[in-house]
Amino acid sequence: MRPVRVALAQVSPRLGDLGKNVELVLATSRSAERAGAQVVVFPELALSGYVLRDIVPEVAIATVGQGFAPLLAASRRIDIVVGFVEEAPGHRFHNAAAYLSEGRVVHVHRKIYLPNYGLFQEGRDFAPGERLRAFDTPYGRAGILICEDCWHPTTAWLLAHQGAEMLFVLSNGPTRGARPGRGITSVQVWHELLKVTAQFETAFIVYVNRVGYEDGLNFGGGSEVLDPFGRTVCALPPLDEAMTVAELDPEVLRRARTAYPLLRDDDLELVRRELERIRQTRYELPEPEESAEASAAQPSGASGARRTPRSARSRRGAAL
Amino acid sequence: MTGTRARAPRLAPPEPDLAIDAEWTCRILEGFVRSETRRSGHSRVVVGLSGGLDSTVAAYLATRALGPCSVIGLLLPYRTSSPDSLLDAERVVGALGILAEKVDITPIVDGFVRAAGRVGRVRLGNVMARARMIVLYDRSVEYGALVLGTSNKTELLLGYGTLHGDMASALNPLGDLYKAQVRALGAWLGIPRPILAKTPTADLWPHQSDEAELGVSYEQVDRLLALLVDARVSPKAAASAGFPRRLVERVLERVRRTQFKRRPPVVAKVSVRTVAWDFRYPRDWAT
Repeated sequence: MRPVRVALAQVSPRLGDLGKNVELVLATSRSAERAGAQVVVFPELALSGYVLRDIVPEVAIATVGQGFAPLLAASRRIDIVVGFVEEAPGHRFHNAAAYLSEGRVVHVHRKIYLPNYGLFQEGRDFAPGERLRAFDTPYGRAGILICEDCWHPTTAWLLAHQGAEMLFVLSNGPTRGARPGRGITSVQVWHELLKVTAQFETAFIVYVNRVGYEDGLNFGGGSEVLDPFGRTVCALPPLDEAMTVAELDPEVLRRARTAYPLLRDDDLELVRRELERIRQTRYELPEPEESAEASAAQPSGASGARRTPRSARSRRGAAL
Repeated sequence: MTGTRARAPRLAPPEPDLAIDAEWTCRILEGFVRSETRRSGHSRVVVGLSGGLDSTVAAYLATRALGPCSVIGLLLPYRTSSPDSLLDAERVVGALGILAEKVDITPIVDGFVRAAGRVGRVRLGNVMARARMIVLYDRSVEYGALVLGTSNKTELLLGYGTLHGDMASALNPLGDLYKAQVRALGAWLGIPRPILAKTPTADLWPHQSDEAELGVSYEQVDRLLALLVDARVSPKAAASAGFPRRLVERVLERVRRTQFKRRPPVVAKVSVRTVAWDFRYPRDWAT
């Protein structure tokens, strides 16, 4: 990677107002640019707000349409990472985030893990993403995770093994009160998670969480940058709108990966073998020899795992 | 191995956690009042001041959020209300420097009784709570303000309030704080000491006491609710934590029986898109 100055845009979008939020992103990008940043990172769903429910189709935009034009124009001056509702082909609505650079959409990540418990009901309104890919930016290889994605440690790990050295984690993390000695608990819990994630993947993490209120929910902020040792490079305060610029130093990455060659030592073959065995047990699949024929007849791919339980059931049904 | 069978360590019974960081909690709630007021196109709130803990804490939060000139305290006594309540409410107005107005609800309530016939103590209490609601909502129009709610989480969960009366508001900063937590926040906010220490009462009739009426102390029921609701502890485990079985059952039954008070009225579905079922928009839509 190359040295890069990244701005953390801890903003409070307007709920369900795409036009106003595009203006907010453009104005904030200009400020970031003036502050010397080369990349500006916004929170999850920065173009739409969070508690959307039936508003989802009203604020959805396709990355190829007019909706992205002003942002793409702005990305000629500064790279922009921004969360939005994507209308994908087939009118599938995704909680997505894009990396924009030089007037192009470099990468779109669709949130994979849509939380559907407690106060969350994202699975009701969004289609889950089905791919997890690292991508090249002008400053190095990167990956994007959206909020709940990061609570599944395999996501950051898979990105790191695709060469990601910077992870952009975009979030709409709500608070759940404040405890003595811990401050706003959800902010601290996030910081603990991110620290461990940075240490495990020996990667830079740029975490941007929104602030503000929607229907009584409030979002905690506390955005921060961590280095590949898990040390905080800079942090924004909880609750308030704020921006800061941090420099990511490739030399620190090199030192971390020299001192802790965790990724080098990961045994991918062991993981693959064990994962295959766990899959067979969980979905009661036939033994590998038995399934070799069946799987040869079926296309494999990223979505294969999702289809497995159904195909396993049908095969068992045929045997009965 | 020693030969003596080691006894498995007993798991400690679940402990309710009611501790809050008052400073950060206060910041969240101030921001909430500011955001909800302004995004709806308002700059002010009206709040009914009873001289009790909850309305005092709500007024302190609103003053920090919006400034004293944007908070209107309404003092709404009935002829049987305790004079001390009114004095305490006036003390809050003085301490905060907020705008205030006193409206005696006696003619409204007694006029109702004259027109509709005598009612018992509880029904009269409901009429008083709803008379106050009418004045608050009427004045909110005059002042271009929102009505600030003051129901705490203990009251909401136990359904200890009058529907369309004291439970009516546009925004409620206290609804996720148990009574003990409201008191902790009040202490941090520096509300007048006598208000902090006084016995909780709806003051709907002389010498009324919340705890006598509920049949349980706030101290105890707050801890029980924190276990059952927040920590999702089973009733059995709550009983093992030292709460009498009968109390656990009584509280659970009360929460269940009063669920209707925490929900909008039920709408019968006879179309393809029905309010609350499949017409699902946030309240803060486009703000």
